[in-house]
Amino acid sequence: MSRVKALLIAAVVLLLGRGRPKRERRPEHRIVPPGPADRRAENLVLLLFGGVTACGVAFIVFYAIDKLGHETQWLGLALGLAFALLTLACIVIARRLVVTEELPEPYPEDHPDEVETIAELIDESGSRFTRKRLVTLAGAGALGTLGLAALTPAASLGPALDTSALKKTPWRRGRRLVDESGKPIPAADIEAEAFYTAYPEGADRELIGSPLVVVRIGPGNAGVVAYSKICTHAGCAIALYRKPTFPDTQPGPALVCPCHYSSFDPAKNGKVIFGPAGRPLPRLPLEIDGEGNLRAAGGFSGPVGPSWSGVRR
Amino acid sequence: MIRRLVRFVDQRSGGAPFVRKALRYVFPDHWSFLLGEVALYCFILLVATGVYLTLFFEDSRSQTVYHGSYKPLQGETMSRAYESVLHLSLDVKAGLLMRQTHHWAANVFLAAILLHVLRVFFTGAFRKPRDLTYVIGLAMLFTAFLEGYLGYSMVDDLLSGMGLAIGYSVALSLPVIGANLGLLLWGGPFPGSPSFIPRIYIAHVLIFPLLIIALLTLHLVLVASRHHTQFRESPKTTEKQVVGIPAFPGQAPRSLGLMFAVFAVLFLLGGLVQINPIWLWGPYHVGEATNGAQPDWYLGWLIGALRLVPGFDLTVGGYTLVPNPFWGGALFPVVILFVLALWPWAERRVTGDDAFHNLLERPRDNAWRTSLGAAFLTWIFLVFMSGSADRVTVWLGLDYSAQIWAYRVLIWLVPLLVFFAVRRACRELLAWEQIRSD
Ligand code: FES
Repeated sequence: MSRVKALLIAAVVLLLGRGRPKRERRPEHRIVPPGPADRRAENLVLLLFGGVTACGVAFIVFYAIDKLGHETQWLGLALGLAFALLTLACIVIARRLVVTEELPEPYPEDHPDEVETIAELIDESGSRFTRKRLVTLAGAGALGTLGLAALTPAASLGPALDTSALKKTPWRRGRRLVDESGKPIPAADIEAEAFYTAYPEGADRELIGSPLVVVRIGPGNAGVVAYSKICTHAGCAIALYRKPTFPDTQPGPALVCPCHYSSFDPAKNGKVIFGPAGRPLPRLPLEIDGEGNLRAAGGFSGPVGPSWSGVRR
Repeated sequence: MIRRLVRFVDQRSGGAPFVRKALRYVFPDHWSFLLGEVALYCFILLVATGVYLTLFFEDSRSQTVYHGSYKPLQGETMSRAYESVLHLSLDVKAGLLMRQTHHWAANVFLAAILLHVLRVFFTGAFRKPRDLTYVIGLAMLFTAFLEGYLGYSMVDDLLSGMGLAIGYSVALSLPVIGANLGLLLWGGPFPGSPSFIPRIYIAHVLIFPLLIIALLTLHLVLVASRHHTQFRESPKTTEKQVVGIPAFPGQAPRSLGLMFAVFAVLFLLGGLVQINPIWLWGPYHVGEATNGAQPDWYLGWLIGALRLVPGFDLTVGGYTLVPNPFWGGALFPVVILFVLALWPWAERRVTGDDAFHNLLERPRDNAWRTSLGAAFLTWIFLVFMSGSADRVTVWLGLDYSAQIWAYRVLIWLVPLLVFFAVRRACRELLAWEQIRSD
């Protein structure tokens, strides 16, 4: 117990004691002007540093306790407060404990003489060349070509010259449509005012040319239509099926892309009725097989997904 | 002790004269000069938290089935990239704190740079001899836009996948070279080859940060070598001399304080305010999308531009020449960059003023620049606002297409009004000052 007491007293003395007055070497003139001591500000800074230490400890403790270690709030609070207290300490130091001087300093100027010398130096160094232009040109050509050669391997990054890959889709005549879980889709199951996503059976789903939206625009088998699910504007997936809110003034339902709200009319071959898309949604012709399931009757009516410079529409 | 340390360093580097000068380098005092500093401190924290995140991230799009601790996504197919970020966010102690702080820091970083650019623009700080410093700053701003975009794109959640699809379409839409460039960068048609995520990962954690560090160093060296600009506050502040607080001891605790304040705010935000909760978005699949998707705020102007452009492609005889995303996604930002970057030279040409300028102008002192700048800014800001029209539809029920049509008109009309209003305001303010001083 007495050791604790002694430690406490030692700590208090350390914190509040004046310490041994240092024998100051007094220089002839100071660089930083003198200012009065401010013990209250000093105490405040000590207190703030104490707070920072406490917050640091708190962070470590929170982290170590399994339950709190996953509480982002407590961790953030401890770390944030530590820095906040550190900020306050800096402010007190800046305002009360170091001298705020105001010094003038000349702006740097330019150096016309040096510029002249450099230009001369370069000029004179080349005076033994008789065909400066030609040599410069040849040198630039050589280095340029070499640079180009060094960049050439970058062409391996992708099939840059063969753009035919952009047009490929897995849809062929006879390919069955399946839903998310891989089950075939009976035409009779497609209901009006609902929105279905379909994929090509047995093909990669993570291709722009794969996903379809299937909706019903009329009765019977002929009333079921399928379009590419990828917006022709910038490649997002169509995710909304907007039913007309004002049937008198608005046309029928629209397939809407959530990225920039291009809207396509499923009853008019995917025509753009609103938004930035520049061409209709490609339609996939459908047929019904013997079991009543939906199958592709051919390829898309146009290129799928975002357009590129040079694509045939 | 200190003397011995300094002597040790000086005898080995000869750096004492330089350090002595640096310690007494003066900083003029004005709150608006701190914006650039805030950006710098954000960047430091971005690097620190970012390094931590790289230790957990898996840059792979190979698919796996989720069996982690988060119940709603049990059994879903997702990329390893997304799975690793889920794991980092939900299972790693302090992982989410670091990730959210990183994301917040990115948002504040961009905001600080942007405000800094505005400060520099509207006070004429970009004039000779600091035009080059300004252009390097702009380069940093645009690099930071891309850097932020890549950062949240590589997570491969549903939102980042949609963002990448749009980025891919913009690349594809570049006239003539679009398809080749898109295929090159993505390594094949969207969503690209398996090496695409590793590519944007290395760009995000190495290439772009190095670029930013290089530009930042150049920027700071140029700032220091030409000294800070200052407002004409007292007879002592002139074109010939700068007046301010020396780096040491006066400025050091102030700057450190600001740095700690930035860290405090970012860690508090990262701890207490949720940002980009990727577990709610779910994994990305080409055929899926979410409604009401919004990017980080600093890309809002591009979303707005993509949404405002009327629906048309430029075509020639059945062939597409320029697809639609080009206008909003590529031309719009490039025009803005060029206008901003060429401004110092344009201004010099028009005014014939080729002198050195160390003293700043208050915005009112240069009515032409201020009003033109304000109009330009309004134009961009309205495009930015139009990007949130869908939110307004959800909150207030205003018809979306009506809003878009209104914006298509307003983005041209309002800047015009702003131009005249601001020019008038500048002149009135000056006249009023004149009367007061008489
Ligand atoms: S991606 Fe569909 S509207 Fe832009």
